[in-house]
Amino acid sequence: MPTFKEDATVSSSEFIKAYRVMLLARVLEEKLASLYRGGMIKGGVFLGRGQEALSVSVGLHLHKGDIFAPLIRDQAGRMAFGDTILDTLRTYLGSQLGPMRGRDGNIHRGRPREGYYAMISHLGAMIPAVSGALLARRMKGETGIVGATCLGDGGTSTGAFHEGLNAAAVEKLPLVLVVANNQYAYSTPNSRQFACLDLVDKAVGYGVAGHKVDATDLEQCLLTLRKAVKAAREGGGPQLVVGDLLRLVGHGEHDDAHYVDPALKSAPVGRDCLLLAEEKIIAKKWASRAETSAWRHEAEEEVNATVDKVRREPGPKPEEDDWMAYSKSEFAEHYAGA
Amino acid sequence: MSSITYLEAIRLAQEKALADDPRVFLYGQDVGNFGGAFKATKNLAKEFPGRVFDAPLSEDAIIGMAVGAAIEGMRPIVEMQFADFSTCGFNQIVNHAATLYYRTGVPCPIVVRLPSGGTSGGGPFHSQSMEALYAHYPGLVVMTPATVEDAYSMLLEAVALDDPVIFCEHKFLYYHLKSERLPESVLPVGKARLARAGRDATIVTHGAMLHESIAAATELAGDGYEIEIVDLRTVKPLDMDTVLASVARTGRLLCVSEEWPWGGVAAEVIARVTSEGFGLLDVAPQRLNAKDTPVPYHPDLWSVHRPTASAIAEVSRRLLNI
Repeated sequence: MPTFKEDATVSSSEFIKAYRVMLLARVLEEKLASLYRGGMIKGGVFLGRGQEALSVSVGLHLHKGDIFAPLIRDQAGRMAFGDTILDTLRTYLGSQLGPMRGRDGNIHRGRPREGYYAMISHLGAMIPAVSGALLARRMKGETGIVGATCLGDGGTSTGAFHEGLNAAAVEKLPLVLVVANNQYAYSTPNSRQFACLDLVDKAVGYGVAGHKVDATDLEQCLLTLRKAVKAAREGGGPQLVVGDLLRLVGHGEHDDAHYVDPALKSAPVGRDCLLLAEEKIIAKKWASRAETSAWRHEAEEEVNATVDKVRREPGPKPEEDDWMAYSKSEFAEHYAGA
Repeated sequence: MSSITYLEAIRLAQEKALADDPRVFLYGQDVGNFGGAFKATKNLAKEFPGRVFDAPLSEDAIIGMAVGAAIEGMRPIVEMQFADFSTCGFNQIVNHAATLYYRTGVPCPIVVRLPSGGTSGGGPFHSQSMEALYAHYPGLVVMTPATVEDAYSMLLEAVALDDPVIFCEHKFLYYHLKSERLPESVLPVGKARLARAGRDATIVTHGAMLHESIAAATELAGDGYEIEIVDLRTVKPLDMDTVLASVARTGRLLCVSEEWPWGGVAAEVIARVTSEGFGLLDVAPQRLNAKDTPVPYHPDLWSVHRPTASAIAEVSRRLLNI
């Protein structure tokens, strides 16, 4: 591994930039929740409340040309990587003009041609996909790129996690695998999910670098992801990052999360990373309360304006869909009576 | 040129694909210096350094990595050591590769090679025919070459296609099916082949069962019956035009398939002929599949588990005498 001098500080501008993406993601997700309650969303809504600090830190450390395969609670990371309010709302509201054209929804969106992969629901599946993409880039002679993907504590129990991380380690690929240990996989607590002391201990078993972070702390998240992404980019092989935090919402908006242990909510892990980041900005005098309020207001205006626009957009028209699962139209089967 | 086996045709096709297209690479268990469990990749790692990789024993990761590489514009060919083990990579095949184009508009040009079907002594986990399972999923092209020529040309076509291809190469044909030369002209993807002309009944089949069906037809020719045989070549897309044209000539249909009966290729062909060409049928269409049990290990059990030439001839006689 190359040695480099750690820059163990986060500048005010970097912190504020991250905070504002987190804030925008939070405001957008609050809107999604209200649209869901109003029956406006096609399908489910899965939010990343409480996970923004970790997620945004992934997206902010990736460059154009890198690969990012986010998971369901990565609105902040997605936006840091270049996803937009418009694409998000078009997908949730089922606009035909969105990247998924009504064919897939909510968090399953992406633009693979731009390195922004569209997750499938099967957890861990994006680990080998990103790894294969990195192998392809290596074969094409591209260097200095990174592929990142995100997972939860539950996802670490899948075979795909094991196979994907192991294969990436064998190939020494520049993969950053970020695990948000949000304490619950749907309703299943850590105690029923794994028996190791800490998920980051898995790193040594795979022969990859492991990083542990308090994911309620934006500064620590930024520093940890900076280090992990840099190490991957410079040839250090796969990096497993485990962030501890608490999911501050249900699994989806249909879930009241009554099963969450109250002791966790009042523990340090249950703190809201967005509020902590705001307090830090105020305490450091990087901005005033009036300014952070203005940022929120600005985000709300933008989100609301985009909702108004997207709600007027057409949904997919069944009679106009080509109903083709193949890129070659001659492969379409024709079934009598269909 | 000395005669070429079906297996060598597969090796030669991969060699040509690697030589012709820098986007092609091979990934799978033991495919590197060892040359593959069946030697289908023999010498290719040496011939194409950095493009033929040994994979860990991880079917899910192998196919998942192929999907990611395909998104980035590569043309991976991955080998499952036996078709049976593709169930360990099933998720990536049916949920990721098969859905990618429909969901995102980005095609997924991977080829998954499945050494398929039964051989004597293979047993329950090294003998399966999985074409119907994959054909069930929209987005996958499923090829089942039955000849040396098709093994070669269809594998090259599979690599050239933008859609994911499940390439069911039949292990029973690997060594003893031979040809003097590689094909010069080929049928397009999705086109069935009239393997034998006849007028009394149509057998629709694919893979190793083509050869059992031809043997049955030869036997029946001794009794004066002329059996027409359609080799499907690809089971998805399914060339119903060729099937229906044949049934229109003969009025009698037998579908022969090595896979299990429930929801198989034979069932699909019969369903389609019945709904699209009911009036062409003089008698009820029949099917002959493997028995509805796991594939047995002992050669004496295995040899009657799958359809054989004599079983095909027997069912054909019933079909003809009705």
